[in-house]
Amino acid sequence: MGTRILIPSGALGLGYDKAALERAVAEKPDLIAIDGGSTDSGPSYLGRGVSKYATESTKIEWQGLIEARAAAGCPLVIGTAGTCGTDSTVDWLYDITLEILSDLGQSAKIARVYSEQDPAKIAQTPLSPLSAAPDVDADTIQNCTHIVALAGAEQIQTALDTGAEIIIAGRTTDTAIIAALPLQNGNHAGAAWHGAKIGECGALCATNPQSGVILVDFDDTGFTVTPMADGAKATPHTVSAHMLYENSDPFILFEPGGHLDVTQATYTAIDDVAVRVTGSQWVPSDTYTVKLEGAQIAGYQTILMALLRDAHYVANAQIWCDDIMAKHASKVADRLGLDAATWHAELRIIGQNANLGTLEQRTSDATELGVLAILTAPDQATANTLGKMMNPYLLHHPLTQEEEQPTFAFPFSPAEIDRGAAYEFVLHHVMALADPMDAFRLVVTDV
Amino acid sequence: MSSVAQIVQKVRSKNAGPFWLTIDIFCGSPAAYAQIVQGLSTDRVATLFRTTPDEIKRFDIKDLNVVKFSLPRPTIQGSRTDRDMHGAGWAPLIAELEIN
Repeated sequence: MGTRILIPSGALGLGYDKAALERAVAEKPDLIAIDGGSTDSGPSYLGRGVSKYATESTKIEWQGLIEARAAAGCPLVIGTAGTCGTDSTVDWLYDITLEILSDLGQSAKIARVYSEQDPAKIAQTPLSPLSAAPDVDADTIQNCTHIVALAGAEQIQTALDTGAEIIIAGRTTDTAIIAALPLQNGNHAGAAWHGAKIGECGALCATNPQSGVILVDFDDTGFTVTPMADGAKATPHTVSAHMLYENSDPFILFEPGGHLDVTQATYTAIDDVAVRVTGSQWVPSDTYTVKLEGAQIAGYQTILMALLRDAHYVANAQIWCDDIMAKHASKVADRLGLDAATWHAELRIIGQNANLGTLEQRTSDATELGVLAILTAPDQATANTLGKMMNPYLLHHPLTQEEEQPTFAFPFSPAEIDRGAAYEFVLHHVMALADPMDAFRLVVTDV
Repeated sequence: MSSVAQIVQKVRSKNAGPFWLTIDIFCGSPAAYAQIVQGLSTDRVATLFRTTPDEIKRFDIKDLNVVKFSLPRPTIQGSRTDRDMHGAGWAPLIAELEIN
């Protein structure tokens, strides 16, 4: 039995082509799957347990998919709901779903899969570091504001088994929501995971990547990917090249319960639009492991921005910044008596090397430069104080004592902008589970 | 001598999760691919990123005319020292390299 999965877009919030979605629904998909998140936008979303996309915008796109689900008569699954997949973002999307169903006068069975972990418990759990993982101890783990485990296909299958029509899952691997049903239907396991990886970004595996909507058909020997937007084409090149995308290894992909190996895969054009893939291999592992992600507060930040337009200052910006850093540090020590190890100041010269820092190879003559001051402290009030003490230097600091007092451009008043907590990722580890559902919770409601 | 950018179609850098960076060089033709494979050593990439060659995974993918490098991120994504949340800004370092 073949399985047809409709993927409307690379993520809820990125938009999709409505006509293409309608066309895909008419092809009678067995399931609609969409990803809701990623770590790519940074640790703040996981740290705070919030979505990066506007609720209003999410509601419009999610309503379109709930309507498509009803028209297709198949389940709708979202993984990593609300960018980070914490319990709070699952509930956020659940509340939006209730509003939409009420607006539409529809009822549905909804399953929520919760992926969040208790930091105190994880601190006591044996973890295995992945390559390039940071060192962590029990204290670091306990300090995490949120920790999530990445669910695989098994947890989504458990939710599908309830007969749920809408599944809102917390953190999952990008592929799990797509691979779950083909695996459950007994389709080729290598194809299920490979097709899921190719499809997880929607039409990014085809030409016209912004159109979003694709269909992936799975069977017992391989899978076929078909983009649905007018004029969009998948070619063996666009499909196979997608394995490069955001993957450190383009041939091997680790998932809960094993890994995908595509070294022997072959990609064949079926026609001008669709591509058939066979030869992918799934290699089961001895132990079932899930990856963990965690974020902790690294400090609180205040930032300021000044602009240098005077050619003399543009030419000597680094000297100017170094001098300000030294004077500011000395004033902070004198007036606040803070231990230098507890706070941090930095000036990044925008237009010179703000992107690459010391790795920058090029120099150029700029017309103007931005100076971004970043102050980090254990609390917001101290960060703001550090910023206020930086302010007079950015406004008036002269390169030499002899010259008339200069003044530089500030784009804002007040110049200090409180950024709130700055978070950092602290986990790149896996933990073993005796049963895939051991670290996950399923809640089913009829609404 | 030409820069990598003059030889190839596109150089892309992206996060591969918060702890890894991956750089894809889309050469666009077998000739450009051969030039990059021969002219761009893993040692030079390591020097550019101030790391060692053994930290870098290299994939020469002839079927796609792509050379791919993956390495632990120079700064962990979003950490205080990080300057580039999505990792996109490292590509020009490779694109602007002069090779034979």
